[in-house]
Amino acid sequence: MASSSAGGPGSGDAAPPRRNSKRPKYSRFTQQELPACKPILTPRWVISAFLLVGIVFIPIGVISLFASQDVVEIVDRYDSVCIPKNFTNDKVKYIQSPGSKPPCHRILNVTKHMKQPIYVYYQLDNFYQNHRRYVKSRNDKQLRDPSSENDISGCKPEDSNSRGVIVPCGLIAWSLFNDTYNFSHNNQQLKVNRRGISWKSDRDHKFGKDVFPKNFQSGGLIGGGKLAYNVSLSEQEDLIVWMRTAALPTFRKLYGKIEVDLQKGDVINVTLGNYYNTYSFNGKKKLVLSTTSWLGGKNDFLGIAYLTVGGLCFFLALSFTLIYLIKPRQLGDPTFLSWNRGPGGH
Amino acid sequence: MAICNTVVPIKSKSGAISYKAQSQDEDALVNAAARLHMVYANKNGNILEIRFHGLIIQYEILETLEFTSDRKRMSVVVKDCQNGKILLLSKGADEAILPCASAGQQTRTFVDAVEQYAQLGLRTLCLAWRELKENEYREWSFMFKEASSTLVDREWRIAEVCQRLEHNLEVLGVTAIEDRLQDGVPETIETLRKAGINFWMLTGDKQNTAIQIALSCNFISPEPKGQLLLIDGKTEDEVCRSLERVLLTMRSTFSQPKDVAFVVDGWALEIALRHHWEAFTELATLSRTAICCRVTPSQKAQLVELLKSCDYRTLAIGDGGNDVRMIQQADIGVGISGREGLQAARAADYSIGKFRFLKRLILVHGRYSYNRTAFLSQYSFYKSLLICFIQIFFSFISGVSGTSLFNSVSLMAYNVFYTSIPVLVSVLDKDLNEETVMQHPQILFYCQAGRLLNPSTFAGWFGRSLFHAIVVFVISINAYAYEKSEMEELSMVALSGCIWLQAFVVALETNSFTKLQHLAIWGNLIAFYIINWMFSALPSSGMYTIMFRLCRQPSYWITVFLIVAAGMGPILALKYFRYTYRPSKINILQQAERRGGPILSLGSIEPLQARTIEEDVSPLSITQPKNRNPVYEPLLSDSPNSTRRSFGSGTPFDFFQSQRLSSYSRNCKDN
Repeated sequence: MASSSAGGPGSGDAAPPRRNSKRPKYSRFTQQELPACKPILTPRWVISAFLLVGIVFIPIGVISLFASQDVVEIVDRYDSVCIPKNFTNDKVKYIQSPGSKPPCHRILNVTKHMKQPIYVYYQLDNFYQNHRRYVKSRNDKQLRDPSSENDISGCKPEDSNSRGVIVPCGLIAWSLFNDTYNFSHNNQQLKVNRRGISWKSDRDHKFGKDVFPKNFQSGGLIGGGKLAYNVSLSEQEDLIVWMRTAALPTFRKLYGKIEVDLQKGDVINVTLGNYYNTYSFNGKKKLVLSTTSWLGGKNDFLGIAYLTVGGLCFFLALSFTLIYLIKPRQLGDPTFLSWNRGPGGH
Repeated sequence: MAICNTVVPIKSKSGAISYKAQSQDEDALVNAAARLHMVYANKNGNILEIRFHGLIIQYEILETLEFTSDRKRMSVVVKDCQNGKILLLSKGADEAILPCASAGQQTRTFVDAVEQYAQLGLRTLCLAWRELKENEYREWSFMFKEASSTLVDREWRIAEVCQRLEHNLEVLGVTAIEDRLQDGVPETIETLRKAGINFWMLTGDKQNTAIQIALSCNFISPEPKGQLLLIDGKTEDEVCRSLERVLLTMRSTFSQPKDVAFVVDGWALEIALRHHWEAFTELATLSRTAICCRVTPSQKAQLVELLKSCDYRTLAIGDGGNDVRMIQQADIGVGISGREGLQAARAADYSIGKFRFLKRLILVHGRYSYNRTAFLSQYSFYKSLLICFIQIFFSFISGVSGTSLFNSVSLMAYNVFYTSIPVLVSVLDKDLNEETVMQHPQILFYCQAGRLLNPSTFAGWFGRSLFHAIVVFVISINAYAYEKSEMEELSMVALSGCIWLQAFVVALETNSFTKLQHLAIWGNLIAFYIINWMFSALPSSGMYTIMFRLCRQPSYWITVFLIVAAGMGPILALKYFRYTYRPSKINILQQAERRGGPILSLGSIEPLQARTIEEDVSPLSITQPKNRNPVYEPLLSDSPNSTRRSFGSGTPFDFFQSQRLSSYSRNCKDN
């Protein structure tokens, strides 16, 4: 009489007393008998999970919001006002006209005490540095190594001209931002530290110490700023900052740092050179002075989001508790199994 | 008995003789003959040696007329080496042998004996013989050789030639063999019935034998609880009328809790399939149990095809070579590998050792496999859709130029490294304990209805991926704006958000956590960081130092946790709500398991009643096969215990050892 065992089914011939049984070796893994914990969603656990999230998130939200509110930010849009009156209707023509242009004067008012270092950014709106053809229009090998000077693959249309190969090639370098800002306060020049504004890793590894610009911005169409031919790329910090492509059409890039405090009520005179052409595509240019916190610049989003999520979790926890108290339901009640209900049951 | 077979005796070292036979019946018969001192000792080429009380008798086999399912018998022509006589020995089904008996023989007694044995549920065979004259044999042998070597219509010609020889036989006797049921067969059938699977028995035995066996293994209930309807007839009209009658009864008793089954034998089945296809199809959909006797292998395959065309999922289980066609035809073929040999097992999708393993195969493994497959396939869509949606959203703010937010290395590694490991471990996921499932086979209904994989669950996962993509995208864009906005950093923030979300999604969907699951899910997260740190350390990669910079910023971690909370919160709330206030049956059982203690099933065990209660599937499955929602496909198990040998293949030897060996051992021909 073959003994019937309810244990794991051997896939082979399972006749009991056989010397060479084909039964596979027993292991908890292959028999799927590993000890397992089977959590189920009881009201206790779920409500406390939501409560915990709420309790943790609301303070974080508050802290983030405070950090963001601590940041002092001065934003000034100047591209529409820095055009001389006779060119107001044809801004593009003005910006593209050769020859030197008169500087533009702006006034900035400091509303709160700003602790150093104060970061000076230029903000561009509607500038798609994340466009596919723009993003790939560069050649990292050429930037790194002087011997790869002629490696201009991918840089079309700014790869070479009649005089030879362009270093650095590509549209990103070609469209280098070249507005300049000078700050003075109480007739005293405010020094803007323009070194150390790019990533150290970029300076050390991405842009070569012995790569020098060649043939840059010498073609017919000028896209942006020019580069000094005797300064190696690793020291051209503006270029390095600009070539770190931004992910959104509205972005800020670091221009420099002011290393003195600014007091409340200070009036800053800005002398800026409006050279960069954002008028062809309705872009906007803004000058930003900002302090930073541990969270970065002024961004209320995180704080508000945390508060919202924390609040929602609280609300959910409360409502689940209410529902549980009003309409308790025993878990695992077998009478709810539909095959246990009478024929007339629902 | 000892000669008319295709058995080969093997002498083992100790002098004991063992027999290698193609079918269990021949095996049984030769052993029975040996018990009666007619030992089949040796086979050298064409010479057979029989040892009778020490005397050795030799026979030369001249021809073997092989068994075919049309003739339903087999014969050998032997020459007695002692006296040179040529004998024809035949063995076969009673309806194949008795009509060939010579006129004037008292076949009455034999017919009665056969009936008696069939009532007891034994397999019957008849033996007959005839003496051949020398020239008759020579003539016939010439025709036979010619027929065997033709290229055209070989089988038909051989059958014709055999017909010429097998007539005027002298019936020797009737044999009966008990083919014992394997252990656990009635319980298995019972449990699977509860799970909503219908059973049909297709066998090559006689009708009475089959009915007896069916009664003994709970296949059908005896009167008055169950009713057995007969379809028989020799001509088209008879069969038609019989079919109509049965149909009428079926239709009228459909809603009653009576166990109605119908029986049809091979001949009538042939006529029904050929001339009354629609009526028979309707009958097939109305009935939950059926017994078909004397069916040939091709008819078995035809029946499976018929049920498949009614939109049923069929499973065919058998253990002999004649079940191979049926096994291959069905949606799922299960072969029982046993003493029969491995023909059926080799042709099958699954091969098991005993019939009762079918219960575990379907209820435990089949169900788990369904759950896991459903999860795996939908999750794979989810994770790919997540990345795609984020890319689509990003394209809206990148001038619709096709910039990929994620760098190529991340995209490549995403599908292979970052997201595949957690789900590989989901093959160990068990939503319900095995004991619970065995106790509540009705849970299989749930799977039959396709509850876990259908357009609405798919839409749920699709919506989930859309929601998560929106969460990740909006949060990353706004948290990393203005001066933080940099392509590589933003891409890594978004990717981290995705990976974290997926870890939690897998954790939420997993029902049972073993160490491996923990290792896979959380280890995968850690591996993600490690891999990215490695890339961030290569100066030549585009990602140089990105991950290091990010991990040092508190705003990165705050963003990631926000993504996780905003993404998982609603999902968790929804799932909890559904779990507690609209639980599915699986959930109820899970909770009950958790509370411990016995889970009382108060409902009636009557399969019919359970079926009508279950509001989702069964009415559909029986009444409207044609306009069924193609998603909800019930599992109808065509579990033909095809030849009864599938029951008994376990233990004919044990039987002989432990049971009384009656003086009449019956000869069952394999069909």
